[in-house]
Amino acid sequence: MLIDYEILRIIWWGLLGFLLIGFSVLGGIDLGCGMLLPFVSKKNTERRILINSIGPTWESNQVWFILGGGAIFAAWPLVYSVVFSTMYFALLMVLLALILRPVGFDYRNKIDNAKWRKAWDAAIFVGGFIPTLIFGIAIGNLLEGLRFSFDEFMVIKNQVEFFGLLSPFALLCGILGISLISTQGASFLMMKTEEDIFNRSRKIAMIMPFLTIVSFLIGGYLLKSMGGYQITSIAGTELDSNPFNKVVLYQEGGWLLNYTKFPWIIAAPCIGVISCLLVVIVSLMRNAKYTFIFSSISIISIMSTVGLSMFPFIVPSIMDYNSSLTVWDASSSYKALAVMLGTVVVFMPIVIFYVSFVYKVMFGKVTGDDIKKHSKELY
Amino acid sequence: MIDMGVVDLSRLQFAVTAMYHFLFVPLTMGLALLLVIMESVYVMTGREIWKEMTKFWGKLFAINFAMGVATGITLEFQFGTNWAYYSHYVGDVFGVPLAIEGIMAFFLESTFVGLFLFGWNRMTKTGHLFATFLMAVGSNLSALWILIANAWMTYPVGATFNPESMRMEIDSIYEVFTSSVAQAKFVHTVSAAYVTGAVFVLSISCYYLLKNKHREFAKRSIIVATSFGLLSAASVVVLGDESGYLDGQNQEMKMASIEAMWETEEPPASFTVFGVPDKESMKTNYSIKIPYLMGIIGTRSFDKEIIGIKELVERAKHQIKHGLVEYKVLQRLRLGQSHDPDGDKEYLRNNFSNLGFALLLKRYRTDILNATDAEISKAALDTVPNVLPIFFAFRIMVACGLFFIILFTLAFYHMNIRRRFNKKWLLLACLYTLPLPWIAAELGWVVAEYGRQPWVIHGILPTFMGVSSISKGSVIASLCGFILLYTGLLVVDIYLMVKYAKIGPNQKVNEA
Repeated sequence: MLIDYEILRIIWWGLLGFLLIGFSVLGGIDLGCGMLLPFVSKKNTERRILINSIGPTWESNQVWFILGGGAIFAAWPLVYSVVFSTMYFALLMVLLALILRPVGFDYRNKIDNAKWRKAWDAAIFVGGFIPTLIFGIAIGNLLEGLRFSFDEFMVIKNQVEFFGLLSPFALLCGILGISLISTQGASFLMMKTEEDIFNRSRKIAMIMPFLTIVSFLIGGYLLKSMGGYQITSIAGTELDSNPFNKVVLYQEGGWLLNYTKFPWIIAAPCIGVISCLLVVIVSLMRNAKYTFIFSSISIISIMSTVGLSMFPFIVPSIMDYNSSLTVWDASSSYKALAVMLGTVVVFMPIVIFYVSFVYKVMFGKVTGDDIKKHSKELY
Repeated sequence: MIDMGVVDLSRLQFAVTAMYHFLFVPLTMGLALLLVIMESVYVMTGREIWKEMTKFWGKLFAINFAMGVATGITLEFQFGTNWAYYSHYVGDVFGVPLAIEGIMAFFLESTFVGLFLFGWNRMTKTGHLFATFLMAVGSNLSALWILIANAWMTYPVGATFNPESMRMEIDSIYEVFTSSVAQAKFVHTVSAAYVTGAVFVLSISCYYLLKNKHREFAKRSIIVATSFGLLSAASVVVLGDESGYLDGQNQEMKMASIEAMWETEEPPASFTVFGVPDKESMKTNYSIKIPYLMGIIGTRSFDKEIIGIKELVERAKHQIKHGLVEYKVLQRLRLGQSHDPDGDKEYLRNNFSNLGFALLLKRYRTDILNATDAEISKAALDTVPNVLPIFFAFRIMVACGLFFIILFTLAFYHMNIRRRFNKKWLLLACLYTLPLPWIAAELGWVVAEYGRQPWVIHGILPTFMGVSSISKGSVIASLCGFILLYTGLLVVDIYLMVKYAKIGPNQKVNEA
């Protein structure tokens, strides 16, 4: 075997992070713009400018979400089945909200009627706000642990509820998600727009990072007194995936133990905070490009912080600690992981190449004149 | 015990969301290719009317595409939300083509659809054509991977059971990707999609001719659509026949159900053109039969027999009994009561082919090792799908398929060859054919999916085992949510389609 099963699992843990971060950074642009629509654009032309600045690329960005789902299914089937069935209503709301977006963008300008447009504006806002909020809440719940266990035939026994997901800590994570993603949307709009929309977006990019920093730091502080998980003994990291092969300890401050084991990972949260501050500074300087870059870095580092704190756990269980899913016992077989790694190695560079090509072709500000000139072709 | 209410509701939800999704998919695939053809003509001839054609059909394409994307998101995640045990049990195999679809196909399609819609003024003519081309390639590749996954559900090759992880795992990726069922399904499905695209363009263009508007635009659209449609319609039927033949080889029960073949007949078996199959009495009433035909189509021979439902049920009984032997080993292994875990694991890796049949008993009791003969007989009878709807769905689909060939042949002869665009009966026939490709496609899925029951993975996992441990209320809530939202959006979609089809292409270019 070319690569050990253990290494392959770690690679796929990294790829999982890569895909989710890819969606947050690129899909975050569109979710952010969606939730900012009522706030940074007022007149119809302004709203069309906003929608058309993400118009050519949002579909491509959404594929990160779809691919993320597919990759979890194929590489971490247990994670896929546990998370989505246990967070049934949360995912249902995400799906219903996301469904509104494609049609919202495409149909809004197809009929010249103010009420019609208003309805789709609401749909686009919901399509941006709700998924972001729920993704944040979901991450909070992952840190707290989900309510599931397995019987001996690996049938999932879980408690499916929605309001149970709304703990104070999870809501804090939801707020963190909103502030991060709205900053991302605002910084993208700074690059693509002028005048009023630019100025309003700039304001968002100057205020929201503070909310990010505050909620992120409070969250980190809460982790100290919250329960975290730790593997105390495991039969092996190269065995066939079977969650019953380990013993898990649930203890206060458990999520901070990785920082004593691997002190260098403290870099992730530090960069997160610093990049948020840099977002504020460069947007003060009206530098749209760097606002966007630092905003993206803040997303990357804050999401990495979550992943690194939890490693090797992916989905801990608060109901039955030993049923928790980790990198060592929730993956697909060696062959499945290897085949998909091969596919990713070949196709990911190609994807990145043509996606950046499309961004380049569509580069430049969207103005009111553009909208007037190509009124019928644009969203 | 498994709550059959949750099972039925989850199946209904999957059926509803998948069928909604498939209202948009075939048109996306078919129109994408037609757009490539039209734009190629524009690039080669430089004549503006072909650009206008690409843009006009492209606008309808975009309205449809948005709904396709919107309804597709749900499907990717629904396996996890509602079919958690299924996802765990086969994710190792089934998930792989889905993930590859994302990275290889859906990315391509979604990225270039942006350039197709927004890149007209930012690229060279050839550059834009290339973007349209890649979008079409993406949408067709997407179908390939999804159908590989779907074909594996009917014909689960290249995978073995792993008792340690308690699931099916990939053994030969090559076998999964190149399975004959997957290939036949892919070509059959994309051809059906091309027919849908062709009928759509043909039908709306004939409407313009009937209304005496946009004549030049409509004539050109008709010529493209008819040529393309005729080829595709022929391909659908040929590949449909191939699918049927493969069903006969790999899925005898589905074949027997489609044909309502209760008894094993002397070869070559007769074909029932019409009849009313009755599952209770295992008889087909009022049947009209053509001798020999079925045996010839189904086995491509005069001497091989097609096994009837009754005999297959008897066979299933044996398979259940064999499966119980395998299940016994699995149970003691999973409960930690095995005296020789390694030996038992090795045994199960080589002997799992009847395990799924034993699982059929889980519908009747949890401790299936104590199943009575009566329960075994009931479970064996469960392997017969609901014959009546499948029998009719199949026949209506085939009738549609044959009708498309006739329609496109007539249209091709009168309009493409003789250039007679004034035959009112033909224009009307084309116009009113509009809904037929959708009816045929949806019924095709009914045959494929309903005909596979009671299995979600044929012979491996019964459908009722695949569900999540969620309550009936949860599924009712989500089902209502989907139906309300989808129906609302469908109404809007059709409204916009009709509106923009009626407005028609840009008048100025047309007159030039």
